[in-house]
Amino acid sequence: MLAQAKLDALSARIAGLHFPSTGWQGKARGAALERLTAMGLPGRRDEYWRYTDPAKLNAAQVRADLNASDIAFQETDALRIVFTDGVFDAEFSDDLTLSGVEITRLADAVTDLHWAAEIYGVLEERGQKPVLRPFAALATAFATDGLLIRVTGKAERPISIVYRSLSDTSDVMLHHCVKLEEGAEVTLLETGDAGPRLLTNLEVDVAPSARFHHVRAQGRSHQRMVNTHIFARVADEALFKSFTASINGVLTRNEAVLDIVGDDAVAHVAGVTVGDGPDFLNDDTVFITHAAERCESRQVFKKVLKNGATGVFQGKILVKPGAQKTDGYQISQSLLLDGDSQFLAKPELEIYADDVKCSHGSTSGAIDETALFYLRSRGVPQRRAQSLLVLAFLAEALAEIEDETLAEDLQLRLESWLDRHED
Amino acid sequence: MALEDTLPEIEVREGVDRETIETVQAMAGKYKYGWDTEIEMEFAPKGLNEDIVRLISAKNDEPEWMTEWRLQAYRRWVEMAEPKWAMLNYPEIDYQDIYYYAKPKSMEVKPKSLEEVDPKLLATYEKLGIPLKEQALLAGVEGADEPRRVAVDAVFDSVSVGTTFKAELAKAGVIFCSISEAIREYPELVKKYLGTVVPQSDNYFATLNSAVFSDGSFVYIPEGVKCPMELSTYFRINAENTGQFERTLIIADKGSYVSYLEGCTAPKRDTNQLHAAVVELVILEDAEIKYSTVQNWFPGDEEGKGGIYNFVTKRADCRGDRAKVMWTQVETGSAITWKYPSCILRGEASQGEFYSIAIANNAQQADTGTKMIHLGKNTRSRIVSKGISAGKAQNTYRGQVTMHPRAQNSRNYTQCDSLLIGDKCGAHTVPYIEVKNNSSRVEHEATTSKVDDDQLFYCRSRGMDEEEAVALVVNGFCKEVLQALPMEFAMEAQALVAISLEGSVG
Repeated sequence: MLAQAKLDALSARIAGLHFPSTGWQGKARGAALERLTAMGLPGRRDEYWRYTDPAKLNAAQVRADLNASDIAFQETDALRIVFTDGVFDAEFSDDLTLSGVEITRLADAVTDLHWAAEIYGVLEERGQKPVLRPFAALATAFATDGLLIRVTGKAERPISIVYRSLSDTSDVMLHHCVKLEEGAEVTLLETGDAGPRLLTNLEVDVAPSARFHHVRAQGRSHQRMVNTHIFARVADEALFKSFTASINGVLTRNEAVLDIVGDDAVAHVAGVTVGDGPDFLNDDTVFITHAAERCESRQVFKKVLKNGATGVFQGKILVKPGAQKTDGYQISQSLLLDGDSQFLAKPELEIYADDVKCSHGSTSGAIDETALFYLRSRGVPQRRAQSLLVLAFLAEALAEIEDETLAEDLQLRLESWLDRHED
Repeated sequence: MALEDTLPEIEVREGVDRETIETVQAMAGKYKYGWDTEIEMEFAPKGLNEDIVRLISAKNDEPEWMTEWRLQAYRRWVEMAEPKWAMLNYPEIDYQDIYYYAKPKSMEVKPKSLEEVDPKLLATYEKLGIPLKEQALLAGVEGADEPRRVAVDAVFDSVSVGTTFKAELAKAGVIFCSISEAIREYPELVKKYLGTVVPQSDNYFATLNSAVFSDGSFVYIPEGVKCPMELSTYFRINAENTGQFERTLIIADKGSYVSYLEGCTAPKRDTNQLHAAVVELVILEDAEIKYSTVQNWFPGDEEGKGGIYNFVTKRADCRGDRAKVMWTQVETGSAITWKYPSCILRGEASQGEFYSIAIANNAQQADTGTKMIHLGKNTRSRIVSKGISAGKAQNTYRGQVTMHPRAQNSRNYTQCDSLLIGDKCGAHTVPYIEVKNNSSRVEHEATTSKVDDDQLFYCRSRGMDEEEAVALVVNGFCKEVLQALPMEFAMEAQALVAISLEGSVG
């Protein structure tokens, strides 16, 4: 797309949208709009959109029939916060009090100077280099709501953000900020269909020795579109872990931009994807920067695709000069259940320090016939054998979830998807 | 002989004689091909326009269709923009500040045989001396008990100065000559294949080459013929401010086989020199081409002053079923390397292999890799890339593997390993993997690490100095690729690896 076309697409996309122009938010959002106007919306020929056509995300209008919502993590005792059509829903939400945590609605934190002013849009802006992420700037500027979560101690229970949708035209833009103080710990869950199209930013600032866990289930409406961004800054000895299960949908683009700035920190990002049909496209785009010593990063992505579904993985490890003793690992694998599905990957390494151990692997192929034959020969029916092998394939990624209840919940969801999509 | 006394005992491998080893060892140190030959040259005026294109065509006595072909390319090139996606940093190239044609005056009247070639030119190749066997043969001394023979086409700046063994190759039906000669003598073959693998306006540098290529090699191996000896082209850039644009076209007809070697050097100059070559390989049913390159263009000095800008388009088209191609490259030279030898696996069960060692030291920058485009059923490809960065160098592997929906039951295996020596350099991997059917298997692995301390310690404890130890470890790291090289090149390449890394430790 030419520069002018990108700007025209942007004008159409933001026509009629507004944001509060006063206070710290006004400043942050104004700056984001300025960034955005300098970039325009992405085009098909942009290298970063090589495998995913952004046209559907660029479209000014959106409409989709959503299936009955399907809420995950019900087995987990969590503080539930519900957003209906992109707006905080007090009726269905728990009381926003949790020991060790302060939670504010973004829409309520307009005037007073808030701690979030140091994070909101700040991490996103850092993540605009070296690759432009126009949709992230769009969310910073125009998010209608979101949560500002400050964790000062060990959170008593996980926080579960539940998305609901009542309108078939809701175009949802949300922006969440999480700040973990030194030594703090929290688990953040996300689940539910927010609407036909969801655009989110999640900015996470992890202070020294703090621990952040993030698990989300994207599904299960077939027509929904999701475009998410995670921007994390990880300090000394801190831990950051994010896992996404992406089930169905027409277009899912999950970007994660992790900046490891403190020594001895750990950052993991992982995901499983199951998709059926030629309209399905799932894109995981990850950029991890190592700017400190002795840090570990892991990317584990597994995709199961059938009936012409497309899986995309773009992952990059950047090791800056001086980030010695870095241990970077990246694996992206796809299992193509039939001949029409495709997997497109660009796993990148960019390394400027010598004493590092970095590796990436990427494979693509069909179900192993020998393994299938073995299971059949032991009396396992064909379908069950196939499911077993698919689940075994996904296991390495699911193992990235530390909480067993959450992992089991997602495992069951994947099994039920396999049952529903036997042919 | 004093030299002999200082040489450690080395087990001499078959096909490599003691003299080769001595030469290689004596070379140790700086870039050894940095001298230039004082020879009277004939230049076309500096800069590029349609007249220059016509002049190059006229100098080569080309037929009208060839001149037109070049002009077409030139017109396309004017409208194109230089690609900027590679991880390379270099100042803007002034394409009007380059000589596009340079020819030794003595070549005005083309010598009929090697005996008539200017002794200065022959001395130049003698002095280059690599591989020694070739040099001996180039001077026309056929060793009676020499088991392996290599026919050489030597290209000096813009022209081919001579081709050896032509008569004997002709007996087998093999055509091996300069491309300018082929255009005159075998226009039908050239017309049929030129630009069919790398189209005229394929990319910026290939288009430039299509307009101004001055010489290069042409090979045709007829149906069912196994080429009786290895063929080789030796490129030498000598003149200052001169671009070299050679074009190589190799056609392996059904069931034939040829192994082709390519070497290149250039004098030390303070200014950068442009090299934009195109190599096209056409491989028909059951045929096989082995293409080996030892690229040792002047890399520039430690500060990054001077050196060759190497922008090369190499592509093999496996047109027939069971066609096979193998690219092996040892890239140690050039200030800038931009090179992606590719395989189009069109024929069923055709095979492509790519073995590469890319070494970047001091201020060198390399962005190199391959493309494996699987179109036919049951096609196979294998990529083994070893990148070594030292000094302040940047080394990037960039590759693409595509399995088209029709390429059922195909297979790719890719391994790219990077080795970093020192904390000022960079090693990068940029693979594109596109799988569009599920009966094919694609595997990609990449690692980045530094020279293993334990291995170094072991070597040091056996009395090696640090540089020797690093050279040995690096050679071990590259072994898989070195083994893929023909014997004549393997030894030289091994020594080159050590020399290229000189000064990178400590």
